[in-house]
Amino acid sequence: MSTETITPRAEPSRWSKIVNSNMGYSFRRNPVAVVSLIIFALIAIAAFFAPFIAPYDPYDPAQINIMNSEYPPAWIDGALPEFVLGTDDQGRDLWSTILYGTRLSLIIGICAVALQAFLGITIGLLAGYIGGRLDNLLMRLADIQLSFSTLMVAIIFLAVTQAMFGSETFNQYAVFFLIAVIGVAEWPQYARTVRATVLAEKKKEYVDSARVLGFGPMRIMVRHILPNSLSPIFVISTVQVANAIISEASLSFLGLGMPPSQPSLGSLISSGFDYIFSGSWWITVIPGVVLVVLVLVINLLGDWMRDVLNPKLYKG
Amino acid sequence: MSLLSVRDLTVKFAMRDETVTALNGISFDVAKGERLGIVGESGAGKSITGFSLMNLISRPGYVDRGEILFDGEDVVKMSDKRLRELRGDKMAMIFQDPMVTLNPVLTIGQQMIETLLAHRKLSREEARQIAIVKLREVYIPSPEERLDQYPHELSGGMRQRIIIAIALLLDPQLIIADEPTTALDVTIQADIMELLLELCQSNKVGLILITHDLGVVSQMTERTLVMYAGRIIEAGRTREIINDPQHPYTQGLINALPQQTLPGQKLRQIPGNMPSLTNIPPGCPFNPRCEYATDLCRTRLPEIAQYGQVQVACHEVQRLQAEGERQEQKA
Repeated sequence: MSTETITPRAEPSRWSKIVNSNMGYSFRRNPVAVVSLIIFALIAIAAFFAPFIAPYDPYDPAQINIMNSEYPPAWIDGALPEFVLGTDDQGRDLWSTILYGTRLSLIIGICAVALQAFLGITIGLLAGYIGGRLDNLLMRLADIQLSFSTLMVAIIFLAVTQAMFGSETFNQYAVFFLIAVIGVAEWPQYARTVRATVLAEKKKEYVDSARVLGFGPMRIMVRHILPNSLSPIFVISTVQVANAIISEASLSFLGLGMPPSQPSLGSLISSGFDYIFSGSWWITVIPGVVLVVLVLVINLLGDWMRDVLNPKLYKG
Repeated sequence: MSLLSVRDLTVKFAMRDETVTALNGISFDVAKGERLGIVGESGAGKSITGFSLMNLISRPGYVDRGEILFDGEDVVKMSDKRLRELRGDKMAMIFQDPMVTLNPVLTIGQQMIETLLAHRKLSREEARQIAIVKLREVYIPSPEERLDQYPHELSGGMRQRIIIAIALLLDPQLIIADEPTTALDVTIQADIMELLLELCQSNKVGLILITHDLGVVSQMTERTLVMYAGRIIEAGRTREIINDPQHPYTQGLINALPQQTLPGQKLRQIPGNMPSLTNIPPGCPFNPRCEYATDLCRTRLPEIAQYGQVQVACHEVQRLQAEGERQEQKA
């Protein structure tokens, strides 16, 4: 073991710095944001630990009995006590399936946004910092991309891949296809925002002084301009996660997303839709409520963050 | 041989309708360890001169002709890689406003250490030690703690000291200071100037001080250039220029100083404004504001020429001198 001596510092810990910052203060003063974050954290933790919380594994065909299908939730007559939220059309426990489905929806949403952010930030930085013809080219590409609706691009792409690889292979890799298509379809949102901030930041004197100190363009972009452009990136990221979750749900609802054997919230809603008029409303409604609540709290958090990081109200 | 030698430097800006000449045939030298002042009104081309020495003129501006020899090597023709080696290492620059020159999201230490590591092969710990030494040189109290602070936690004067420390970090041979105290409190201005002078003298660093303050120039520099509308109109030893200005414009600048006026008197301003660079009058650019202007001044551009101790670009300088002597004899 190394005998490194860590000198104790009198300064506050990182955590208390965060709590006492302007953002922490405004967060504590905003009950909507607090409640939203608590609900989001609950959903995220439940989804993340789904394999430990869920009483059944909905992906394991051995645990599913078709005879259990369409039992209502526990508070309705005729329910079985072991299925708290009832069962779906294939006899899966709805509570377990929702947990696993939420996990899938969140993973797809977050990964798709990470892909969007990576593409958009890279392109936006290059376009804004280098400018000139490259800027024109990249921004026209963004305009073209934006003139196709995300859903349209996704439907065409997913339908073609489904036809190309066949249902089975497609179902196996559906998660990756969804992440790729949602990620690629929405990069212009990031690219435009980042470019606009870079254009403003680039004129500031600290960029000149970085050049004067002999730093190269890569370093100036990544180390100096990007960290100063983070606040708008944070704000759109939250909104984009909500959007990506909705896109995923819509695609799954249309049968182009997650297969019924590995349902996300969207495909669960879709599979229950066939039974809604035969009285089994819970298969659609309960995952629907979860989806709405999830998207709502993310959007509320995004609203709060936009207010806090608004440069007109707050100087970072 | 001089450290920096600028010859016939001409910088133009390609605007939408026309090309504007911001610097017109500037030539000057800076010897090793020499301190040079560049004085002039806003828009005279002082800052453009500073920027072009580092080859930092960006579109729509460009160097049209001329050369900037630094240690015998032409900065204008340098590759990007060579320029990066030069900037910060051999030549450093200090900007006007310390509030915006430091990167707001990096700590002082990160900014200093990164600068060192970008130019030298050092370990982080060695770089940190150098940064501490440099901060101590600019009289920053408890430099170890300052390294972990962000720029917004420090006052303007403190930040400008840190910027000076960063400029000195790699022991450059030349510092270009572009109005380094304009954004600061008057009381701090003097401190910063004194510090800059002390550091330049003790480290034998050359200094180009760009300012509009003749008082500062007279305290800080050995030689002075007076610029007007993108040209040098008077150049020479600072003492001679301040005590015995030859060009009517320089005379006007010195007479306009509040110290030259008795209490209750109006300040003696130079009438009119500097012409816009898109609309420079024919002949001597100063002629519309000059009380001694003749027909020759309105038609022919005066070349800069040695006159006594200084170089002056004025047709009438001999006549003016004779008149001045006559007035002195009368008095």
